[in-house]
Amino acid sequence: MTVATVPDMNPPRRKSFYKRNEIALTPWLFLAPGILFFAVYVIIPIFQSFNLSLYAWDGLGEARYIGLANYQELMTDRAFEVSLWNNVKWLAFYLLAIPAGLFIALFLNQTVVGIRLYKSLFFFPFVISQVVVGLVFAWFYNPSFGLLNTALGWVGLGPINVLGDPTMVTYGIIAAGLWPQTAYCMILYLTGLNAVDPEQIEAGRLDGAKGFRMLWHIILPQLKPATFICFVVTIIGALRSFDLISIMTNGGPFGSSRVLSFYMFEKALSEYGFRMGYGAAIAVVLFLIMLIFIAYFLWSMFREERGH
Amino acid sequence: MFPTPIEKTSRSWQFTYQSLLPLALIMWLLPLIAVAIFSIKPAADFATGNYWGAPTSFEGLTNYMAVFTQSDMPRYLMNSFLITVPTVLGCIILSSMTGFALGVYRFKSNLLIFFMFVAGNFVPFQILMIPVRDLTLQMGLYDTKMGLVLFHIAFQTGFCTLFMRNFIRALPFELIEAARVEGIAEWRIYWFVVLPLMKPALAAMAVLVFTFIWNDYFWAVVLTQGPEAQPVTAGITSFNAQFGVAYHMLSAGSIVAALPPVAMFFLMQKHFIAGLTLGAVK
Repeated sequence: MTVATVPDMNPPRRKSFYKRNEIALTPWLFLAPGILFFAVYVIIPIFQSFNLSLYAWDGLGEARYIGLANYQELMTDRAFEVSLWNNVKWLAFYLLAIPAGLFIALFLNQTVVGIRLYKSLFFFPFVISQVVVGLVFAWFYNPSFGLLNTALGWVGLGPINVLGDPTMVTYGIIAAGLWPQTAYCMILYLTGLNAVDPEQIEAGRLDGAKGFRMLWHIILPQLKPATFICFVVTIIGALRSFDLISIMTNGGPFGSSRVLSFYMFEKALSEYGFRMGYGAAIAVVLFLIMLIFIAYFLWSMFREERGH
Repeated sequence: MFPTPIEKTSRSWQFTYQSLLPLALIMWLLPLIAVAIFSIKPAADFATGNYWGAPTSFEGLTNYMAVFTQSDMPRYLMNSFLITVPTVLGCIILSSMTGFALGVYRFKSNLLIFFMFVAGNFVPFQILMIPVRDLTLQMGLYDTKMGLVLFHIAFQTGFCTLFMRNFIRALPFELIEAARVEGIAEWRIYWFVVLPLMKPALAAMAVLVFTFIWNDYFWAVVLTQGPEAQPVTAGITSFNAQFGVAYHMLSAGSIVAALPPVAMFFLMQKHFIAGLTLGAVK
């Protein structure tokens, strides 16, 4: 007997290219718009700025290649030196936000009535724009009616003109910046304190640890992730400081409160003529400083990823 | 709990703590309280040098009304909304996709791309300033809200990708595997499985991005010029120029400009703090 084999009228159709490679292709389709946007507005501009720093360009006419002349000029530029120094001050003193934030977090880490509202109100300064913080502090420092000098007057001191004095001005602005930044660190630490292991605290108490020793040996090690994030956001905040300087002093008096980010803006886009190439060179220096920290952050994150 | 819970301490310290709390808060918010008081004073108080005394009359309503009727402030506020809201939407769309791709799939350059987004999010704005300004000029979008929105979406995608990817990594992966076994298409897994689970994270992210963008000053100055497109952070400087030393007006204007993110924070507090402190505990 022969069985007639009827040819299969519906052979399984070959799956489409996409169907066969779905798992491999999908992530790239999902990434495409994000990568496109990010490349056009962030990644490529970084390289363009590097390139531009080798040119002399007023933003309108023809750009002229001048090699490293912009960087040579930076070496002898007094204003650049002042800005760089001020950046160092910002980095050093802005970090005070971390212990200050921890201090307030410890103060508020209780369960009394209304504490939630207190925590929100302490966090409040972080939500306000730096522009408003700058205006508020400029009035606070005002030599004729500011609250600071009014208070100093009560104890027979002052008046001091914080924002008019080249030696004090940068510290005055940093103090204004510390206000919202401390609030930020505080909220990070409050969350961290919430997750501290109560058993370890009890064990520590049984061993007679209390106060500062308890904080140092038992609490702080457990707050390490919070401290790391505080460090990251504070360093970035310090190097990005621009708004407060622009609002409070506009770089003055006599350019003594400039930082690199502000000086760059001034050189590239001020009314004294556009020096795009020179501005780009300043931006490159700032970028390289930031790169040290970015490399450190990424390295920490990479170790973390490996650990998983 | 550390420090020692207040209930377990001595009576006198409990009492001290309870009275210290409001005092500390007043000290902490003193600069703001001062501005709030300024904003309800009549102009005459400043002329007579009555800066810190009691207001001679309550002019809060008049001052705030004047902010809205005698200046470009309503326009700046409107611009801020028209810049911030589309940016938030754009970020949600882009980063839920990039976060999904980087959080769910394993492929060679996954970590590299992820780190590119993270690193880009940390760079100083100034290194981008000139090329981004040029690009915006070339596209004819200088001094438009659209120009700002496009840049903000692109830049915030870095932070948002970090945020979404870490959130998706923490989801139970079995859910996605189960869906694959069922033969569900990958894009449907994104839409029907992962996206619904991402809602709390998206809410947290939206509140954060709203605040960041609303408070942006640098890009507003670089990419816009006049009341046509400027958001309120940049507009307030022209507002201040208009009112000179009329401190009651300047104060009222500052408070109006600061209010929307503050309102956002108090309304969405839980999401806001959850977003901000993501990663602060392990």
